[in-house]
Amino acid sequence: MLKRRHSNAEVVRITVDGETVEARAGESVAAAVLAHTAGATRTTPVSGAPRAPYCLMGVCFECQMVIDGVPNRQACMIRVRDGMSVTRQDGARDLEGAPGGGA
Amino acid sequence: MPDQTARGNSKRGFDVAVIGGGMIGPALSLGLLARGLRVCILDEGDDVLRVARGNFGLVWFQGKGFGMPRYVDWTRRSASLYPDFAAELKEFTGVDIGHANPGGLELLLGEEELAHRQHFIGQIYQQGGGKDYEVEFLDRKQVDEMLPGVALSDEVVGASYSPIDGHVNPLFLLRAMHTRFQQLGGTYLPQHRVSGVRKNGAAYDVMTEAGTVGAGKVVIAAGHGLKELGPPLGLDIPIRPQRGHILVTERTKQILPMPMSAFRQTAEGSIMLGVSAEEAGYNDQVDTATVAKIAERAARTIPALRGLNIVRSWAALRVLTPDKCPVYAESQSHPGIYGIASHSGVTLAAVNAKVAANWIAGDPPPDEFQAFGVERFDA
Repeated sequence: MLKRRHSNAEVVRITVDGETVEARAGESVAAAVLAHTAGATRTTPVSGAPRAPYCLMGVCFECQMVIDGVPNRQACMIRVRDGMSVTRQDGARDLEGAPGGGA
Repeated sequence: MPDQTARGNSKRGFDVAVIGGGMIGPALSLGLLARGLRVCILDEGDDVLRVARGNFGLVWFQGKGFGMPRYVDWTRRSASLYPDFAAELKEFTGVDIGHANPGGLELLLGEEELAHRQHFIGQIYQQGGGKDYEVEFLDRKQVDEMLPGVALSDEVVGASYSPIDGHVNPLFLLRAMHTRFQQLGGTYLPQHRVSGVRKNGAAYDVMTEAGTVGAGKVVIAAGHGLKELGPPLGLDIPIRPQRGHILVTERTKQILPMPMSAFRQTAEGSIMLGVSAEEAGYNDQVDTATVAKIAERAARTIPALRGLNIVRSWAALRVLTPDKCPVYAESQSHPGIYGIASHSGVTLAAVNAKVAANWIAGDPPPDEFQAFGVERFDA
C-alpha cells in the first residue's frame, strides 16, 4: 500500500467497493485507491488477469474502475468528489450503466 | 531451396512469384505450396497502403454478386470452405482466427430502407441467385427473437438475414496465413517493391527494389499496386480506391450473437462499427465527420451503444472494380501472369487457398471464372 506524503488537504469521503475511504481533495481516484489498498482494481476482459493503476497519466488504461455507476472509467484521470462511489471493474463491462444507455 | 546467392542479389528458381502480402497473396500461396510448388511472396514495407490491415472481418454473403450470379456462387463456396480452412490454420499455427458462422443480419431503419433492400436483394435473386439464394427478410418481431438481450430502437423495422454470413478476426487471419506460409517452406520477401516484370526465356524476371526475382509464373495480388503493374503486362484492370471507416468500442460483455453488417462484436468483446464508402482518391486519413456519422447510426440502431467509448478508428481503401465483382485473369499477352483484384479478401480467403490456387497451378479454371475475366470492362 502507498502512503501519502502530504495530507493537509481537505478530507473527502468516497466509498471503494462499499467501504468508506478518506481521500484528499484534489487527488485522483486512482491515488485515493492506491493509498487504501494494494490489491487489484480491475480484472481484464479476456483472460481475467488482475490489474491495478500503473501509469497514472491516462495512457495505459490499467486503472479502469466503475465510478458512480459508469463502467471502465480511468481512475487516474478523475478527481475524487465527496460521496463518490468507486467499485472494482470485474472483466468486461456491460451496456447497462452507460450514460444514455439503458437496460 | 531456391538459390538466393547465384547472382548477387538475384533470387531464382521459384515456380510462382506472388506480388502482394495482403489477404489474397498469402491465401493463394498456401494453395500453391500445397501443390508442392516453390513460392515466394514479394511484399513492400509498412509505409504503403495496407488494405489487409484495415478489414472489418466479415465473411459475408448477402448482397454480394449484384449483376453476377457467379460471384454469388464463388462467395457461397468460400463460406462453405471456411470452417475447415480455419481449423487447419489453428491446428498448424496455433492461431485461432475466430471464425464463426452464426448467420448475419442487415438491420433496416425505416420502411424506405426496407423497400430498397428488398428491391436490391430481389434483383440478385432474379439475376440467377435462384431459389437457392439463401437470403430472407425478417420482420421486427423475428429480428428481436434472433437478438435476445439486444434492445433495438423503434426505428428498426426488420432485417435481411442469411445463414451463410459469418465473421473472423482479420488480423489473426493474416498472421495465421503468413505463419502457415513459412511453415510450408514459402519464402517471404518484404522490402521487395516490384517495378516491373520482364520475360526471360520460358520464365519471368520480376524486378524489385532489392534485386531481380525469377519465377515461372507471376501472380499480381498487389491490391492498388495492380493499377500500375498490370497494364504493361496485358492486365489493364480499372480498379479504384474507395475509402471505408471503422470504429472500435471498448470491450463489453457478449451481447451481439451474430454480425450485423455494420456491427459485429469480436470474440474479445469489442464492438466494431462500420462501414462507410467515400470517394477520396488514395487518401486514407480518418475523416471525423464520417466517424460521427457511423457512431450516430449505430446509436440510432442500438441506443445503448451510445454509452460506449470508442477506442480506435481508422480508414482503409477498398480495391474496387467497376462492378464490385472480383477479377481473376490470366494475361493474354503474357501467359503465366495473373491479375487478381477484389475487395473481399477476407471472405474469399478460403476459396482462394483451396480452389483459385489450383487454377494458377495449372488446373482448368473453376466454372465461376467464366465471369471473372477482364473482357467485361472493355467499352
